[in-house]
Amino acid sequence: MRSRTRLAGLVAGISFLAVGSAQAVEIEYWQYVFDSRVKAMDQLIANFQEANPDITVKHVTFPYADYQTRVVAAKVAGQGPDVVQLFYGWLDNFVAGGLIQPLDPEIFPHEEIESDFFPIVSAMKRDGDYYGLPTAVRSLALFYNKALFEEAGLDPNKPPQTLDELIEAAKATTKRDGGGNITSEGITIGMEGQDHHWWREVLIRQNGGQPYSDDGTKIAYTDEVGLAALKFHAGLHTEHGVAQPGFMDEAQAAFRAGLAAMTIDGTFRLGSFAENPFEWGVAELPANADGTRSNYSSYFANAIGALSEGEELEAAQKFLAYISSPEAMEVWLETVGELPARKDVALTEKNLSDPTYGPFLKGLEYAHTTRFVDEAAQRQVMIDMENRIFLEGQDPAEALALAAEEEQAILDKFYNK
Amino acid sequence: MTSVATQSGPARGAGLWDRLTIRTKRVVWAWAFLAVPIVFYAGIRFYPTFQAFWLSLTDWDLLRPASFIGLGNYEALFSDPLFWRVFRNTFTYLIIGTPVSLVIAFVVAYYLDRVRFMHGFIRALYFLPFLTTAAAMAWVWRWFYQPVPIGVINGFLGTVGLPAQPFLRSVDQALPAIMATAIWAGLGFQIIIFMAGLRAIPTTYYEAARIDGLGEWAILRKITLPLLKPTTVFLVVFSSIGFLRIFDQVYNMTTNDPGGPLNSTKPLVLMIYQTAFSSYDMGYAAAQTVVLFTILLIVSLMQLWVLRNRA
Repeated sequence: MRSRTRLAGLVAGISFLAVGSAQAVEIEYWQYVFDSRVKAMDQLIANFQEANPDITVKHVTFPYADYQTRVVAAKVAGQGPDVVQLFYGWLDNFVAGGLIQPLDPEIFPHEEIESDFFPIVSAMKRDGDYYGLPTAVRSLALFYNKALFEEAGLDPNKPPQTLDELIEAAKATTKRDGGGNITSEGITIGMEGQDHHWWREVLIRQNGGQPYSDDGTKIAYTDEVGLAALKFHAGLHTEHGVAQPGFMDEAQAAFRAGLAAMTIDGTFRLGSFAENPFEWGVAELPANADGTRSNYSSYFANAIGALSEGEELEAAQKFLAYISSPEAMEVWLETVGELPARKDVALTEKNLSDPTYGPFLKGLEYAHTTRFVDEAAQRQVMIDMENRIFLEGQDPAEALALAAEEEQAILDKFYNK
Repeated sequence: MTSVATQSGPARGAGLWDRLTIRTKRVVWAWAFLAVPIVFYAGIRFYPTFQAFWLSLTDWDLLRPASFIGLGNYEALFSDPLFWRVFRNTFTYLIIGTPVSLVIAFVVAYYLDRVRFMHGFIRALYFLPFLTTAAAMAWVWRWFYQPVPIGVINGFLGTVGLPAQPFLRSVDQALPAIMATAIWAGLGFQIIIFMAGLRAIPTTYYEAARIDGLGEWAILRKITLPLLKPTTVFLVVFSSIGFLRIFDQVYNMTTNDPGGPLNSTKPLVLMIYQTAFSSYDMGYAAAQTVVLFTILLIVSLMQLWVLRNRA
């Protein structure tokens, strides 16, 4: 008798709790700290909660340097985010580690994803499943300092359109002191910045090659094509003397200080360049002599955490759908300055004719996305390759062969696991 | 039944406690208090240390469960040219950094000890870098070393007509440039310790030596240096461990290409950091940690033994 009452009470208690949780689900959203991104996400969460009063989204952020470690550590501890942001290049590691789950095709139909988003979304697909969707995408462009162009007698409204014009403009804008030291660069150089993407996906392709085999497991730049691309890039310093590795510590610092006439950088830099105390412009990455252009595009996607299930999973799916919606993309563009990942939201008349967004959007149409297995390590290979040429006087062909060997080892280690 | 037990329990316990001698009680109390830090250390220090030994024999990558691979990590490590490069860098920091910093610190302390004018102020100036965050200091030096137009040092070289130096952008100069920063950063602490050591030498020895007509050099060699030995031993060990574990300065001065250019400045700790938290190769990183631990142990024991036996 007594136990039966107790059981009834227990059942009542449990159902009460269950009802309570159905009324208010709390899910966690994780991303790294970057002021404008945090601000944009706060706004998106507020909008989402207003439309879905029964769902609360807890916004959790970590410094970029710790971010991946925190996601992994949380999984090891058996808890983690419901919706999590990840760089597309981390996908293989996140899937292998069981940190995220595939998106349910009933809620996120593949045909819709493929028709609405830019084709680079395919980098989130593994074995027939999509693992995440981006809010915004990034591409590269040539930033140029209009004041320095004018000073050098160049037309500030006619940025270089080809690689040859780029060299000419860089030569005209480079300044030196009496000792021959560069005091203002024509163009910045540095594989540690965005140049390694420029080299891999743009210069190699413009020379008629491709950086990796089609399945991404083999290096394909060891031939004459790769060497020509490397000689062009390194030549900015060794042959033409218009760029100085390590100048002003970093490429973006040199450009911000008004001590570099040109730099190649991404959409994400628009925010920090906005306050530059001089007039600057953006142009499409220069074409080669035949008019071939290429670009590198990347993005952070949002995915659903592996441990999310039941009501939380439902809420997480709703939230993911919202932050990948056209409305969210417009908020993101306004607040962060990153380009919408949906074609119809991005390629509007207004955006395409925008002097800043236009060149980046045009770049997106012919952009390529590298399938990284360890982005930091693969970038390091490129940094070392050029340092061997610059600091140790190694022959570019030897430096290229050595780099290919090192990068192939990184790929092998990953794909043979 | 239970009520009987609970009544007699404390009485019996009190009886046992009362039967102990005061001496034994004291020992029990002492151990009770000591147990807290021992348990703390065992849990926070020793347990993870032993765990690292175990991890070094596995292929743990944070994501998948670890599996035992024997000495595979060590084999890979000893055949990795990067490891030997890093090993050489680490010992360069140690072998050049420790003696240079100690000689400078001793010379400064020796003369500062005799300065009466603004003594406290000068001492504070030397100590100031030690109080500064290593990261902030490394960044300031990083900008000092830049090429023109922003690098202070190259700007100075330019004005006196000397060619600009690449410093951090050179495979030969980067390591000494970073070492100079590390030496400067630790100088304040070493000077203070040396000065305390100098003050601890009884002045009667000096008076006696002067009456006997010994010169300054002889006094330094026969009295000051031998009597300063405990201080020197402490500083050699302390500074060696510091240089073997160097990380902050290197990492902060080369963040664009950590440990570069071309690994010419990379110390062991930075390699461990990158293996663990950039490549998530925890087992391999643990093997490197065990090697570092062994080096630290051997170097410390060797120094203690050498410096003790010469007395």
